[in-house]
Amino acid sequence: MSTSKKYKRPESLQETKHLYCAGCGHGIIHRLVAEVIDELGVREKTIGIAPVGCAVFAYDYFNFDVTEAPHGRPPAVATGIKRVMPDHVVFTYQGDGDLAAIGTAEIIHAANRGENITVIFVNNTNYGMTGGQMAPTTLIAQKTATSPFGRSAANEGYPIKVCELLSSLEGTKFLARVAVDKPGNVLQAKKTLLKAFQNQLDKKGFSLVEVLSMCPVGWGMTPQAACKRIQEEVTKIFPLGVIKDLTV
Amino acid sequence: MEPAGKKKPIVIIDAERCKGCELCIVYCARKVLGKTKNINKAGYNPAVVADPDKCTACGFCYLMCPDNAIEIK
Ligand SMILES: Cc1ncc(C[n+]2csc(CCOP(=O)(O)OP(=O)(O)O)c2C)c(N)n1
Ligand code: SF4
Ligand code: SF4
Ligand code: SF4
Repeated sequence: MSTSKKYKRPESLQETKHLYCAGCGHGIIHRLVAEVIDELGVREKTIGIAPVGCAVFAYDYFNFDVTEAPHGRPPAVATGIKRVMPDHVVFTYQGDGDLAAIGTAEIIHAANRGENITVIFVNNTNYGMTGGQMAPTTLIAQKTATSPFGRSAANEGYPIKVCELLSSLEGTKFLARVAVDKPGNVLQAKKTLLKAFQNQLDKKGFSLVEVLSMCPVGWGMTPQAACKRIQEEVTKIFPLGVIKDLTV
Repeated sequence: MEPAGKKKPIVIIDAERCKGCELCIVYCARKVLGKTKNINKAGYNPAVVADPDKCTACGFCYLMCPDNAIEIK
């Protein structure tokens, strides 16, 4: 599997400056997706589905077709697009509020149907866009705008591990968790995304990559501290690695 | 001295794209990049290439930059 040594903006990314906060992981993840699409040579037949959340403007950032779905519904929209245009590369890009809260039904059923799509699930343990509220993925004791004393299991339940949850469904073929907190993990994230898109080209079925991502503003810390938080806290609850792989 | 035939890497930071997140500075083991008090049009303090000769073209700064502000030639 190739990881190119080209340190230059990929063609699949527009020159447009994006509106993310300084040090936001979304920017890194967008670039990785764009690099992978370039390397697979499928830019002209790729269709992305943007979420509601900070990544809502993804259609302004990617240099291929991107549509927009109501909050949580990208997997349903992706299902429709992929079924009528099976020769296209179709992916959703969703936050943890989008995918694991309001969109729980859509992701579970798209996964269970084994749709041949790629899902990029950005887990930043909160709702970034609306001001850092608690998400289903918020860690126990994490303070957010709606859990000011820290999330408690007794009151709000436990962080949802989406990959592990989906792994019992027969429709899921590839589920992996990566992070963008340091250069080595960014490279691993790229390789994993490449595999998730290659699976779709090979008609292997449903692939999802969960990406642990920094939300320095929602977390109230510097980008550097946010990377450290991923290393010291978030990966303890959401371990990195391949959770399920039935593609080999 | 560089070995003959080996091109010196050039790191370029686009000061107008940079948001001053400092991730490139933090992850550059060679301490090539640094902070400034300059302010760009968006109001951020962009990172600068402070010590270009030390760069090994490892790409770490590029990998961590969320804003595509870095290019390595
Ligand atoms: C139907 C609907 N309900 C609620 C909202 C408000 N809303 C906008 S973004 C968002 C959560 C986004 O969080 P997440 O998916 O984690 O993405 P992030 O911003 O962190 O990248 C919510 C609840 C909305 N836009 N539409
Ligand atoms: S609120 Fe968080 S996720 Fe949204 S742009 Fe800012 S840092 Fe990124
Ligand atoms: S390429 Fe490596 S050595 Fe050169 S500035 Fe970037 S991080 Fe530093
Ligand atoms: S990583 Fe990019 S945006 Fe952040 S300081 Fe460096 S050049 Fe600027």
